[in-house]
Amino acid sequence: MKLKLKYFGKLAETAGLQEEYKELESADTLAELKRIVFEEYKFDDSETIQVAVNQQLDENKTLKEGDEIAFLPPFAGG
Amino acid sequence: MRYDRQITLDDIGVSGQENLRNASILIIGMGGLGCPAATYLAGAGIGRLGLLDHDSVSVTNLHRQTLFAEGDIDRKKVEVAAEKLRALNSEVCLEICDERLTISNARQLIANYDLIIDGTDNFETKYLINDACLLEDKTWIYASVYKHEGQCSVFNYKGGPSYRCLFPKIARENISCEITGTLGMLPGIFGMYQAMEAVKIILGIGTVLSGKLKIQNLMFQQDQHIEIKKRPEQIAMILEKGIQSMVTNCTLKDTDQFYLDVRELHEEPLIESKNVLRIPLQQLEKRVEEIPKNKEIQVFCQSGIRSLRAKELLENKFHFGNLKNVSGGVQTIING
Repeated sequence: MKLKLKYFGKLAETAGLQEEYKELESADTLAELKRIVFEEYKFDDSETIQVAVNQQLDENKTLKEGDEIAFLPPFAGG
Repeated sequence: MRYDRQITLDDIGVSGQENLRNASILIIGMGGLGCPAATYLAGAGIGRLGLLDHDSVSVTNLHRQTLFAEGDIDRKKVEVAAEKLRALNSEVCLEICDERLTISNARQLIANYDLIIDGTDNFETKYLINDACLLEDKTWIYASVYKHEGQCSVFNYKGGPSYRCLFPKIARENISCEITGTLGMLPGIFGMYQAMEAVKIILGIGTVLSGKLKIQNLMFQQDQHIEIKKRPEQIAMILEKGIQSMVTNCTLKDTDQFYLDVRELHEEPLIESKNVLRIPLQQLEKRVEEIPKNKEIQVFCQSGIRSLRAKELLENKFHFGNLKNVSGGVQTIING
């Protein structure tokens, strides 16, 4: 299953890219994807990061081929 | 007539202009977001504008905080802003509040306005605005910027999601514009998005950015809207327990100990004490002379990371031998 991953804010810098495609086993859940990505890029304070599947924030979504996953960190500048 | 150009619009008209005149908005933070928001809202003829900020104008504000000029440096932001806005539109009633928003004044201030605009630059104040708005049943318009990217949403609008529905857990480190840098245009654009949402909400027209997070990267022209789901338990928690933010005038557990606070000056919780020397990490080398070497100093920041860097810098480069790192961060040294 091929997924498009997008990184926002500081995460794009930590990951060194704004988006990428990732191949995953079809049984993978959003929780599993988060575990893999957080481990690979060692995002700081990762419990605060929200993850959207196809522009929707929903923790319980099951992933399917071609889904777009956005990793959103909180930030507070003004 | 000064409002002719907007009254001509079908969805505004004379009655819409009357609604704008009867409306009141509190702008919290007169920085890169608050200045453009205030300018356009005063121009549009909002009846009553509250301006809240406890800071003074500094030279590094001028590239993005468009109400301030070179001659205004060191003057109170709210006073300068009110002067400029009064010159722009004398019909607007301007109320200034030269204070920090804290747990003790937030609800009272917010209750006095129809709508709240968030022009703040730190997480604690954003959670404070959120909680106070939930308790006072007010809608607030959020925006934040990071480098070339901005976020904007409308919270607590007609039973819609709140900030805690989007980010239930507060982030450890505050990354401000002072650290990351920003061009003036990004907060400028997002401050105007906030002003536009305010006008739509007051007039009851268009599509309000509620239940959606707008994310825009101006450098790469990327624009996204993310749907936010309501988390009823987050809203219920505030309604039951009251404000859960940390913005308060707090006191030290150990009143004899001397501390060095290396956080940025706007970071919360603020500790004002003669035993706390406040020098942001970025300025340490320049101001090293101010740090005493003849007594034990505990160095702290929000989480213990920056303070460790400060301690190592002072020890390795300036041969300090009297420093200890507060590894658990600010929360471990204050009463709470």
